Formats: sequence, structure tokens, C-alpha cells
Amino acid sequence: MTDAVSVPPRPDRLARALFRFRQSRLSVIGAVMVAVVLLLAVFGPMIAPYPQDIAGAVSTAERFQPPSLAHPLGTNELGQDVLSLTLGGTRVSVLAGFGVVLIGAAIGTLVGAVAGYVGGWTDEALMRLTDLTLTIPGLILAMAIAAALGPGFQNMVLAISLSWWPGYARLVRGEVLAAREEVYVTAARALGAGPGRILFRHVLPNCVSPIIVKMSLDMGFAILTVAGLGFIGIGVRPPTPEWGTLLSTSRAYMPDYWWTAMGPGLAMFIAVFGFNLLGDGLRDSLDPKGRR
Amino acid sequence: MITFILRRLLMLVPVLVGLTVIMFAIARLLPGDPVGLAAGPNATAAERAALAAEFGLDRPVWEQYGTYVAGLVQGDFGTSLLTRRPVAADLAAYLPATLELVLAAMLLAVGLGIPLGLLTALWRNRWPDYLSQVLAIGAISMPRFFLGLLLQLCFAMWLNWLPLAGRLPIIVFPPDPITGFITIDAALTGQWDVLRTALLHLLMPALALSLSPLATIMRMMRSSTIEVMGQDYVMTARALGLPRHLILTRTIARNAVSATLTVIGLYFGWLLGGTVLVETVFDWPGLGLYATKAILSQDMMPVIGVALVIGLLFVFANLLIDLAYGLINPKVRYS
Repeated sequence: MTDAVSVPPRPDRLARALFRFRQSRLSVIGAVMVAVVLLLAVFGPMIAPYPQDIAGAVSTAERFQPPSLAHPLGTNELGQDVLSLTLGGTRVSVLAGFGVVLIGAAIGTLVGAVAGYVGGWTDEALMRLTDLTLTIPGLILAMAIAAALGPGFQNMVLAISLSWWPGYARLVRGEVLAAREEVYVTAARALGAGPGRILFRHVLPNCVSPIIVKMSLDMGFAILTVAGLGFIGIGVRPPTPEWGTLLSTSRAYMPDYWWTAMGPGLAMFIAVFGFNLLGDGLRDSLDPKGRR
Repeated sequence: MITFILRRLLMLVPVLVGLTVIMFAIARLLPGDPVGLAAGPNATAAERAALAAEFGLDRPVWEQYGTYVAGLVQGDFGTSLLTRRPVAADLAAYLPATLELVLAAMLLAVGLGIPLGLLTALWRNRWPDYLSQVLAIGAISMPRFFLGLLLQLCFAMWLNWLPLAGRLPIIVFPPDPITGFITIDAALTGQWDVLRTALLHLLMPALALSLSPLATIMRMMRSSTIEVMGQDYVMTARALGLPRHLILTRTIARNAVSATLTVIGLYFGWLLGGTVLVETVFDWPGLGLYATKAILSQDMMPVIGVALVIGLLFVFANLLIDLAYGLINPKVRYS
């Protein structure tokens, strides 16, 4: 704080955050990894060496080929190219991860903002609901909802989102409680702004950066949860390639055909690692208070 | 102190009520056809109706809920639609396996995470610290089920050092249950071979489960140690000329651990739910595997039972952590 005063003119907040972000080599590496993962999610199926395998083509003559030049990650029990399947799976995982984090954050923000701003009994009831949901292990809750809703991409994303919001509700409630007492809120109220306008135009915009930080930190875990559900057998159905499902299928062919597990497993690790590095960097640069 | 514990235990009641309501709502209000799945694809409409009537699934939701809660008060967790076994007996059979796994993983995570966190704090901003940061983020990014698979591939299938899966081989008789923990029971009854076998079976799943809490506890311990090291009382201790190792163990470590404890409590609950995937990989006969099988056939009574037990344990664990917090740090005792 003191050094900001002594160095006029003060650079604006975004530029400073960008500067802090670039100072950390790890976050830049994370950002590059995430960029690659996102590019692969968009273009993966196009650059895959055997795009027909992503659509579910089977070639029994090519079963269980070890890694070679033609198949860098080998082929699986249906003769499909593991590299192509892994590339195809990127889109499913990234889309599902984004879906979960966006829906979870939206529900949580709404619950937390209402609880924090309205206060009283509403606050009490909403926060007790939040605490309760936190007590049930997220994965078991998501599994139960997903199983009851039935298989499919949308059902899976919805199920995980419904177990994902409590963290955001707590975070946003705290931020709103703090922001509510700020002078600019009093000023807005004095000018005759209604509660909706104050909440959405004055209070929430000032809570955005911790929410974004949490979303970026959550992205990796959302991808892991999606893959976990796939691994257990809930979620996207074959032939749509999904990393968790691919890994679970490959378990039956260990140890002789070990390569069938490496593509999806390593892809999961790399994607999650990238998002976690990026999230860590964003937290340090956007939300220095939250630095641990 | 007793009133503190009693008051905390009393808070369990609303938690339990809330948990049953949420799980019941999921089980009964979402579309899904548990009866059809349990009766099988060839069942006639009459057979299905009979099954639904037998389990009271044709009654209104609130009536089903009332029956369930009335049974719960008497320790009856309902009956599995699929196996027709009482859920309470199943829970009692599977809970010790999960607890044994989670406690072993926690022991690894705390036992390694706290000293490593202290060390990296002492090496702050030098290369071992940076390396540990990368490794920690890597550790929490590693899917537990992939790590489990890699461990199996490496140590069980290729090197043949460790058993592949399960708690004990079928040919080994488990010791008579005293605590339900095979390792402890074997030690109590002096069956050292069984203890050795059980420990070897426990090693890989516990390792796969502990990696991510280990990394988190290490980073937490690092940052709280750094914070404590800057405190005035540490400087005072140094100014008084206390030996370095005493400052480190008595002053710094003790204060830093108490900040890390809360995370450990939260992680305990997280691990209880997080065992699902590890239990699936290692075929570990615990609550996670039990819940997974039930969920896949939409057999909701076991799922509700598992959620209740884990919720209860979670609350208990945090109570214990709060008590431990008071033991370590007298300032916050029972307030």
C-alpha cells in the first residue's frame, strides 16, 4: 500500500495484476499449458491422425498394437488409435469442466449474494443448506444425482454442478457482507438505488476477482471429477471418447496392454496440472490477500 | 468442557435431519427407475408393483420419509432394494475398511506433510522450496485413480513386490474383529504374518489416497510456519538466546501446527468421500465401493446410509480437531 503512494502515477489495477502474473514463471507455464489444452479441445478432432476412431470406427485387425510411428500411443481393444481418442476426449473434459464451474459459480453466487445482502432468516436458511451440502462428500452427491438423472453429457454436468455451488455461496456471502458496508453502497442507497441495482451494479462487480480466482482453481478439480464419474461408469457413454471412461476400460487389459491407459491418464494429469498452475498464479496476482 | 462437547453433539441432530431430507429428495424426486432396475428387465408390471409395495415405494414421499426416520431412530437404515440385506449391517461391515484406509492415508499425509512443510519454510525461496511447490501442485493434479493404476502396474504387476488389490488374500483368514481394522486386530491377537500381509495390502491404496492431502498439508504448514517465524514471540525467544532447535520445535512448530489442524479436519471428511475412486481401483471392500455399486443400480437406501455415516464422521472429526486445537493452543480453549 505504502509503495503505491510513493510511486505516482499509480498503474491501474489490471496492469499491476498482469505484471505480477508475468513475474511468476510457473503461472506463465500454466497459462501456456491451458492455452494448448484449449486449442486441442477446439482443433483436437481435426488434427487427430485417425479421426474416424473418435466417431467410433472399429478395426479389429489393428487390436492392441504397441506404440509405434503409425500409432504413437498404441491402439486399444477395438483397434482404435489411443492418441486420436485422447485428443477427442479433450473437448468433452474441457467443456464439462467449464460447464460445471460456470453453473456451480452461478448458483453459488446467487445463493451467497442473496444470503449476504438480505441477511436475517434468509441468510440463516441458505447458509445452513450450504453447510449441509458441504457435509455430503461431493463425489457421492454428484454420483447419486447423476445416477438418478440417467446417463448423458448434460445430466453429468448438471449433477456435478449441483454438488459444486456451496464453496461459491460461502465465498460470495463473505465478500458481499464486507462490500455491503462500503461507503459507495451507502452513497448508491442515498441516491435512491433499489436493492437489485445495488447488488448487481455495485456490490457484485467488486466481488468478481475472488470468484474468478476460485473458478480457475476449481477448473482442474472439475475435470478430475468428470473423469472420476466416467471412471466409475456414470456419465458420457461410448463411443464418445472420455478420459475417465477410456482409463476404466483399459484397466481390464493391464499389464500386457499398459499403453491403453497412458494416453487418457497423462492427458488428464497435464490438463489439470496446467489449470492448477494457472489458478495458483491468478490467485497470487489478482487476490494477494488470499496468498498463502 | 463436557458442556462444550455436549453442545456440539446436540448440533448433530439438525445436521442428520437435513442430510436425510436432501438425500431423500434426490432419491425420490429425481426421475429414475430403481424398481425397474431391481426387478430386472423381464419383470411384469404386477411383479414390479409387488416389489414397490413391499418396499413402500408406492406410498407418498413424506410417508416414506416418516417411515425411514422412525426406523433410523431405532438404528434401522432401511433395506437394500437389490440385495434385500439390511443397510445397517452392511454399513457396519464396510465402515471399518474405509476408516482403516482413510486413517492410514491421513497418517502418511500428516506424518510426512508437517515435517516437509517445516523444512520447505526453512528453505524458503531457495530451489528446494520452488521444487516442492511444483511437486505439490503436481500432486494435487494427479488423478487418484490413475496414480493407483500406475502403482498397481509398477509394484504389483511388473515388480511383483506388493499385492494387487483387496484387504487380504482369500486364503488368509482375517483375525476376529475387535476394532474391525485388520491391521490392529492382527497386532492385538499377535498374528504377525497377517499383520504384515494386511500392511502390504494397505500400502498402495493409502499412498494413492494420501498424495493430495500430503501436498496440501505441506503447503499449509509451510505458509503458517513462515507467518509464525515473523512473529514477535519468535524474535523474543531468539533474543533470549534459546537454542535453535528449541525455538523450532517448541515455538514455531507448535504454533504453526495449530493453524494447519483445521485443514486436516476438513481433509478428513474429504478423504472419506474421496475413497470412492481409490476403493474402486484397489477393490477395497469399503463404503465407497458399496455406495458405487448401489448408485449404479439406483438402490438409494445404501446411498442415503453411506451419506449419513460420512456426514456424522465428518462432524465428529471436526469436533475432535477443535478439541485438539484447544490442547495445543490454550488461548482458544473451549470458547
